[in-house]
Amino acid sequence: MTGFGETLGQALWLILSGDADLWAIILLSLRVSLTALAIATLIGLPLGAALAVGRFPGRRTVITIVSAMMGLPPVVVGLAVYLMLSASGPFGIFDLLYTPAAMIIAQVVLVTPIVAALSRQVIADLHTDLAEQLDSFGLRPLARIPTLLWEGRTSLMTVVLAGFGRAIAEVGAVIIVGGNINHVTRVMTTAIALETSKGNLTLALALGTVLITMAIAINALVGVLGARARSGVPAHA
Amino acid sequence: MRMIFLFLAGWLAAMAPALAGERHILLQSTTSTQNSGLLDAILPAFEAATGIEVRVVAVGTGQAIRNAERGDGDVLLVHARAAEEAFVAAGWGVARHDVMFNDFVLVGPQDDPAGIAGGADAVAALAAIAAADAPFASRGDRSGTHLAELALWADTGVDVAAASGGWYRETGSGMGATLNTGVGLDAYVLTDRATWAAFGNKGGHTILVEGDPRLHNPYGVILVNPARHPHVDAEAGQAFIDWLTGPEGQAAIADFRVDGAQVFFPSAGPS
Repeated sequence: MTGFGETLGQALWLILSGDADLWAIILLSLRVSLTALAIATLIGLPLGAALAVGRFPGRRTVITIVSAMMGLPPVVVGLAVYLMLSASGPFGIFDLLYTPAAMIIAQVVLVTPIVAALSRQVIADLHTDLAEQLDSFGLRPLARIPTLLWEGRTSLMTVVLAGFGRAIAEVGAVIIVGGNINHVTRVMTTAIALETSKGNLTLALALGTVLITMAIAINALVGVLGARARSGVPAHA
Repeated sequence: MRMIFLFLAGWLAAMAPALAGERHILLQSTTSTQNSGLLDAILPAFEAATGIEVRVVAVGTGQAIRNAERGDGDVLLVHARAAEEAFVAAGWGVARHDVMFNDFVLVGPQDDPAGIAGGADAVAALAAIAAADAPFASRGDRSGTHLAELALWADTGVDVAAASGGWYRETGSGMGATLNTGVGLDAYVLTDRATWAAFGNKGGHTILVEGDPRLHNPYGVILVNPARHPHVDAEAGQAFIDWLTGPEGQAAIADFRVDGAQVFFPSAGPS
């Protein structure tokens, strides 16, 4: 086994050399995971908010289920999505298996419960803090959601980043539904799995370093945007 | 915040499927053909000649066959002759064609606790490993290599199922993962020569037993039956099979080298 110095050197060289295949893999990883994250956020945030402020029968049960689904094993999700999208499955006619769309679907299933469960907690706490003010406006519970989402935006951004972490790091689901097809569905994690299975451990670790670097860059970018939003610079103007 | 949503909306729009375009077929194949680099080496010539892109899903033979039965593939390229013939007999495949062969080898640690080095009798070597209670890492995943390994164990009369968890370790993983485990455990492993030649984490392991006729490892190619799965692109799939078993494909297989050594030998007969 080679040293970490060599691994780091190779990772740096991979990034700087502008290897076309590597960049295609990085871009596909981002495309798939950010799209899955966007969809999961559009579903998960309203769901989490509704569970936080809504009062309806079975609410506790739904919260428990959503929280438990944060721990869904990717390989099980991958298998379930594979059986759905397979040519012999109920959605086989859409011809989505072994495409990036299939990978996005699997990651949406994995990420939505994380965004919903964590945002529910954030919004529930905020709702308690702001209860008096919101009561004074006389808003119905569901009408309070936009205000709560806006007031909690900084914490919710962390929630969304947690979802991104799950999406970009998982391999079990995307390797089953994507098939790790070169130039079509190969992403960072499946490329790492492939190089590991070829025994190219240094290259695999170097790719892992590139993946972590990518995640740090995304988190830093969100951090800067968040700081601008807090300091009153109208980032949303 | 609004900017972020605009960005996301734009991103989603950009994701609109770019599915149309060049014609492609889906090849369900095994890890040995991909990990050795064979498919990367020979497919570009076919794609250039026909304009048909070959998308490879590389899994174990057992999984590849099951995926093909479900219709998730146009062509199957695997190495487990009995399972391939059963696949065709059951009507899932049109016909099986010989493509190439290589051989399995027994690799193991240099200190060789079972003393099998240099032997050419695979069954005797496995029996010696069992007698020495020396660690052996098995695929355990119904892949072509695993089925071949089980057939050899059957000839030894050793009950490996009873030894599982002891000296017999079933990884339930692909060839590469099993080799990584075997190197880590100082265990013996049955692998195909092509994967071994291209494997980058050999550690102290070397080939100890080779050359037994029972280690012959033939590969077959099969068109998934369009009568069972109408969406199969039979024309493009058959074009690929004809190319692979024809003079150009056979020459490409023969020319493929790993570290200067030939690891696949063309075997398609006159059709």
